[in-house]
This record gives sequence, structure tokens and C-alpha cells, in this order.
Amino acid sequence: MPDLSTNCAGIKSPNPFWLASAPPANSGAQIQRAFDHGWGGAVWKTLGTPIQNVSSRFGAIAYGGHRGVGFNNIELITDRPLDVNFREIYETKKKYPDHAIIVSLMVETREEWKEIIKRSEDAGADGLELNFGCPHGMCERGMGSAVGQEPAVNTRITGWAKEFANVPVLVKLTPNVGDILPHGQAAKAGGADGVSLINTIKSLIGVDIDTFVPQPVVGNKSTNGGYCGAAVRPIALHMVGQLARDPSFRLPISGIGGVTNWRDAVEFILLGSSSVQVCTEVMLKGYRIVEDMIEGLDTYMAEKGFETIDQMVGRAIPAYSEWGNLDINYESIAKIDADACIGCNRCMVACHDGAHQCIHPNPDPTKHVPVVDEDECVGCNLCQIVCPVEGCISMVEVDNGFAPASWNQHISDGAVVRPKKGAH
Amino acid sequence: MRELPEGRSEDVFDDYKPAYTTNQARVEANRCLYCHDAPCIQACPTGIDIPTFIRKIATDNVRGSAKTIFDSNILGMSCARVCPVEVLCVGDCVYNEMGVPPIQIGKLQRYATDAAFSQEWSFYEAGESTGKSVGIVGGGPAGLSAAHRLRRFGHAVTIYEKRDVLGGLNTTGVAPYKMPASRSVQEVEWVMGIGGIEVKTGVSVPSDISWEDLEAQHDALFICFGLGPDSRLAGDGADLEGVEGAVDWIERMKLSTVDVAKTRCLVIGGGNTALDCVREACGLGMPTTMVYRGTEEKMSGYAHEWAAAKQLGATAAWQTQPTGFVGEGGKVTGVKAVKLDDAKQPIPGSEHVLEGDLVLLAIGQSKLGELAASLDGVTLEWGRIQCDEHGETGHPGVFVGGDCRNGGKEVVNAVAHGRDAAIAIHARLTGGN
Repeated sequence: MPDLSTNCAGIKSPNPFWLASAPPANSGAQIQRAFDHGWGGAVWKTLGTPIQNVSSRFGAIAYGGHRGVGFNNIELITDRPLDVNFREIYETKKKYPDHAIIVSLMVETREEWKEIIKRSEDAGADGLELNFGCPHGMCERGMGSAVGQEPAVNTRITGWAKEFANVPVLVKLTPNVGDILPHGQAAKAGGADGVSLINTIKSLIGVDIDTFVPQPVVGNKSTNGGYCGAAVRPIALHMVGQLARDPSFRLPISGIGGVTNWRDAVEFILLGSSSVQVCTEVMLKGYRIVEDMIEGLDTYMAEKGFETIDQMVGRAIPAYSEWGNLDINYESIAKIDADACIGCNRCMVACHDGAHQCIHPNPDPTKHVPVVDEDECVGCNLCQIVCPVEGCISMVEVDNGFAPASWNQHISDGAVVRPKKGAH
Repeated sequence: MRELPEGRSEDVFDDYKPAYTTNQARVEANRCLYCHDAPCIQACPTGIDIPTFIRKIATDNVRGSAKTIFDSNILGMSCARVCPVEVLCVGDCVYNEMGVPPIQIGKLQRYATDAAFSQEWSFYEAGESTGKSVGIVGGGPAGLSAAHRLRRFGHAVTIYEKRDVLGGLNTTGVAPYKMPASRSVQEVEWVMGIGGIEVKTGVSVPSDISWEDLEAQHDALFICFGLGPDSRLAGDGADLEGVEGAVDWIERMKLSTVDVAKTRCLVIGGGNTALDCVREACGLGMPTTMVYRGTEEKMSGYAHEWAAAKQLGATAAWQTQPTGFVGEGGKVTGVKAVKLDDAKQPIPGSEHVLEGDLVLLAIGQSKLGELAASLDGVTLEWGRIQCDEHGETGHPGVFVGGDCRNGGKEVVNAVAHGRDAAIAIHARLTGGN
């Protein structure tokens, strides 16, 4: 039986699945219900000076019949009295001593940080998450991503938090930066025990083309918000991987961004996360999704022979490299399984218009299976991506007789690279 | 339990709903809206958490999907095939309200449970022995469901089955284009895999072993012996060769062979057994006519089944009452009949003969409740054994489920009875814990 329990920066939880600081973690009643469903931890919706919210607050992208592929919000931090929040944190922690409760915080002055950290710890917080990421509403007030985008400010405030805190401190990073590394390093310099990322991405989710008002509509105006949901996962994976693979970083990571199921969570863990936070999918489907996440992760670990989460963390990092280190001489070409092909010709049009013009109609007009010109195929994958039949198009390795060689080796050592394909 | 012979008549049938490929299953699973407190769950007699098992297919947690199904319904593999989903879960899918094709829940359930069988996943172990013993009278779906759940609780279980095969109607009665007998036998073995279920075949209760003996040997009993033989039609020529009970004929067709060299088959009745017979006889190559007293609109058989029968070329004689049989040389050659008016009264002068050399009587089965009537406190209503909501009869410690309780419903109803009776029996044997 795999052990799903995890320790992320000293914060222990029975499984790596935490609710992210967001509407699903807004109150004690909600979080207790989430724990009953199986969530291992929760990052309490950011506490600070309670704010006033607007309506409406959310927007979403629909694509191919699926609504909510990408999601956006303009909600701010907690709008509930701090006394109420702290009382509920205390009650929840008392009732669920083995679950992780991390309190997300966002205030301005040193004194305010000191006070809110003390109150959080008094209420029983297992850890603190400094919200240096919110890209809307709060940043204009000098908080949230306004902090996260300035490494010096990040380091200073993280330092305050570490000065006052007795429990582990995670710094939640904003993706609204050119390179995540200096910002992770800034948190580390401030003494952070770990980082969590990504927060939402600055976004404008859409425009109502009849009323000329962007969305989400607040009366006759709108504003930019924070983008999240399944669509942001690649951005989050990249940033998590960037930090995890840097040998000078080496802080625990709580991964966030577009996790919808156990497979997504496994990807974050393999790229270096020791816990995984979820918001949007819970907002769309409810706390109940965690049962499948726990079961799916458990089955996956058993099948792969992982006994602990630790054994999985960062397992994909060694294979995450720079472009210059990739083997240029590795060659693959597309093979179409004629029996599986349904004759939609999507691969052919994609190859002709969007790639390298090497998939052609079958010369026999009675046959619907397109043919691959293997001498021209550059192995780009586009045909496989557009094919609606799983397993119909496979990318097959070709032995071209060239020894492995990267561009860097070619430049530095004169390693021989194969002739270009399709470049005429 | 004996093995099924090769070359059974049912072998000619193919799956009428082919299994999903992985691709098809994922596409369909991703269509599911994952409703909360979903109508499909309410419509399932065993209350399977359908949105959850479907989501698990979508996330490629097929093992978990199968477990979700089996947690509620240990015969989920056969129910996926034999349930009338059109009037249960699929019929209540919210997509129907949107005018969008409903989720094919049965096919998705089959996808997950077939995977469990082919991958040989096992989910359950027998509980630690409680020292208690339960006798189960009848090895059909209700009995298997109860036996499995009782073993999970750690009780010893003995099944008494009068046939030499288990599975009940799943083995002997399900239309072979839905599920062949061989698949039911595999399911029986899968259920037995929990271990410790003792089976005594060829044993009828109470003729071979008395209720008193059963009560002496066990701490509780679960009666689930189903229904009795096909009802017969009174009238001249009822004993002619070629006049057969429907359930009896179906059992022979599934477990051995029937004579398919008939020129016309007449099926008497308008229920689902009649419709099964019609589709099966057509499938075996016999021109077939259903003879029913009522109208097409009011037949008790499912409309979707009749629609399928018509596609096979079946015809019907509506508002037609059989009055006897005609024959030659001891063999039936036709059914004497009279037309009925809308008040189901015979229309004078409408007497006629329908030609047919195979006549299947699908007008119901006898009730077996009398067999248990000698138990103190057991009461019957129209031959059905009466019980409380948990399945306990008026005789403390004796529970009942399946067709002998409800008069003859679906496999899934029997599975629910068996599971719930096992839970009640466990509570009784362990003082409510």
C-alpha cells in the first residue's frame, strides 16, 4: 500500500491534495466539508483587512463544448471579519488535527504582519502562505503581485514573516513575471521554508460583443482579473519545473495551476511539488473530485512501485533540459495505423497547411487512409495531435545511423549533426 | 456446479450493444455532466454512484471506476448488460431534458466492469470470521449479492440451489444478445472469488432439506428462490408437442439446444419475457408472431424491446385471446383464438386459428411462496413472501429477496434486495453493530 501522506516544507498532511486559497477555502464549514470528502489540507482564503467585493466576479472560456477550460476571477481576499475567520480556523483545526491548515495572509506594514501571524498561529495554523501573487485589486493597493514582482520587497516581507512566525512559511509566487527564478530566490533569501506557485495570471477573459463591455460584467464596466483553470497548467508546470531544477534553489514547492484530476497532480509532483493545490476544478465540480484523485494516485503509485510521495517528487526533473542539450540526431516519423484510421484527413490538412506538407491523399482513390512521405516527415507531432483516434498515429523512432549529438555539443565539440529534413 | 456444454443454441447471437473501445468510452465519459445527487443514481435500484464512476473513466482511473460500481452492486458486470437502462438510469439522464442524447451509462458500466474481469482486479476480502452462519436458499442474483456481502462481514455462507448451475436467471433466462450464459457463469466465479461461500447444488428446499434443518444449521436464512414454472394455458390441446413454457424454452436454448427448424413461432403474452422470446425466436431464424390480449400501447413489455423485435421482422396479433390449440399427430399446428374488443370481451364470430408449430407461453410464472408458508409468521400476498423494508419476514431471522418477494422484477432489484438483506442480517447477528 503506497503512503500518500506528505510533508511539504514541514507542513504534514494525509495526502498531497490541498484546497488552494480561494472561494472553496473561504470558511470553516466549507473546509470541514472538504476534509470529510478527503482533502488533505487547505490554504485558508487570504486574510487581511476585509474588503468589499463586486458582482459579478467570475468569467470562463468555453471551448469545444467544455465550459470552464479557462477561468478568471476578480474576487479579492476575505470579506469576512477576521475574528470569525480565526475562530473557525481554531474550530476546524481542533476537529481535524491531522489535516493541514495553512493560512494565507496579505497585509501591508510590519506591525500588521506581526499581529496577523500571531493570531494565525494562536488559532492553530500549521503553516502560513504569504500571498504575493494576487494580480487584481490588491496589487493596486501595493500588495499581492505588487510584492511578488519586486524581489527586494518580497525578500523584505518574507523576512518579516520569518521573524515573527514559528510555523513554516510558504511564499506564493505570481506568474506575472518574465522569469520566475529571481522571485523564488528572493523568497529564499527572505528565509522562506517553501514556495507555492502559480497564483493567477493577469487576464481579460472576454468582451460582450453586443454591449461592448468586457467580462465579467460589473454594471457597465469590467476589469482585468486572474486567469486559472486547466488552460494555465502548462504555464504553471513550466514555472514549477524552472524552480525545481535549479540547483541553487532547492526549496519545497507546493504546485498550483490547472489541476483537474490525479493525473495532473502527478505531473506537478514529478516536476518537484510535494503538495498540490486545487481551486478551479473544485469550483466547477465540487469537493467530491478528491476521492478519484486519492484513488487514482494510489493506483498509480502502486503500479509504478512508489511507496511514498517523496520518491515521486521531481522524478521528471532530470529529463527537463535546455533546448541546446536535446539530441538533434534523434529522429522520429509518423506512422498511420490503416486499420484504425477513420478517414477524416485531419492529419493531411494539418500537415499541408500547418506543418511540412508530407502527408498526402492515398494514391488509390478507393482508399481513405492518407500516406506519410517518410523521406519528408520531420516528426513534428502535429498529425498525432489532430488525429481523433487515440493510438492511430504513432511517432516511431528511426535509426538514421547518427550518434546522439546536441546543438551545444555541435558548437563546442563539432559533434556531427544529421542533415536537415524538410528544409527546402 | 457443472460446466456449460459447447454448441448451445444461444451461440448464434451476437452482442446487440457492442462494447466500447477505450476511445469511445472516454468520449462518452467526458460528456457526462457529473451531476450532484444525480437522477440516474436515484433511478438505479442499487444506487450506484454513476457520475463518480463515469468521471473515473474520464480521468483514466478505470480500476477505481469499477470499484465504485461494485461497492454498490457486486453484479455490476451483468447489470451493465441486462438492465433496462432506457427506463432506469439512462431514461433519467438530465440530458433528456435538454434534448441531447443521454449518457450511455450501461455501456460505460460495462467498459469499467469488463476491465475489472479482464485485468482480474479484486477489491474485496472476506471479513474476519464471526462464527455465525447464514443459509441462502437460491443461487440467483439476490442470493449471490447477499452471499458476497455477508462474506465481507465475515459470516459463513451456504447457498442451496436446486439447479446444477448458479446465477439464476442471469444464467438461464437473460436474452443471449444481452449476455450469454457463459458470461454469467464467469461472473458467478468472480463473486465466488471472495472465498468461503459453500454451494450445494441440486438441493431443493424444503423437499430435500427442511426449514427446520436449515434453521438448526444456520443463524439466519435468506430466501431468494425466485419464481416457479411457466403458467400454462387451459384449453384443448395444451399438452401437444411444441407447446412450451417460455422460461423453460429459454433455459434450454441458453444451456443446451432447442429445435430451430420450425416454420412459425407463436409467442403468447405481452410482457418482457414474451418480447425476449420473440426476439430470440426471430434471431434463431423462425418467423414469429406475438399474440397478446391487449393493445400495443398498453403492453407491459418495454416499448424499446418491441421496437427492436419489429426490426427483426416480428409481427403481432393484438387484442387476440388464445382459446386452445390445434394439432396433428400429437404436434401443435396452431392456436385457436378470438379477437377482443376494447373492454377485453370476445367479439362473437371472430374465432380463428393462428398457424404455428412452436407455441411459447409467456403469460407469467407461478409463485413459490407456498414453499415457505410452513415457517411460523411467514405471510404471503398473491404468492409473494411478505417482509419489512429490510427484507425480514414475520419469522425472525428469516429474510427474503428477489422475485419471490417482488413477484418478478429486474436483476438489479434482486441485487439490491440481497445486499440490503445482508446488511440487515449482519445487524441482527451482531446486535446492531
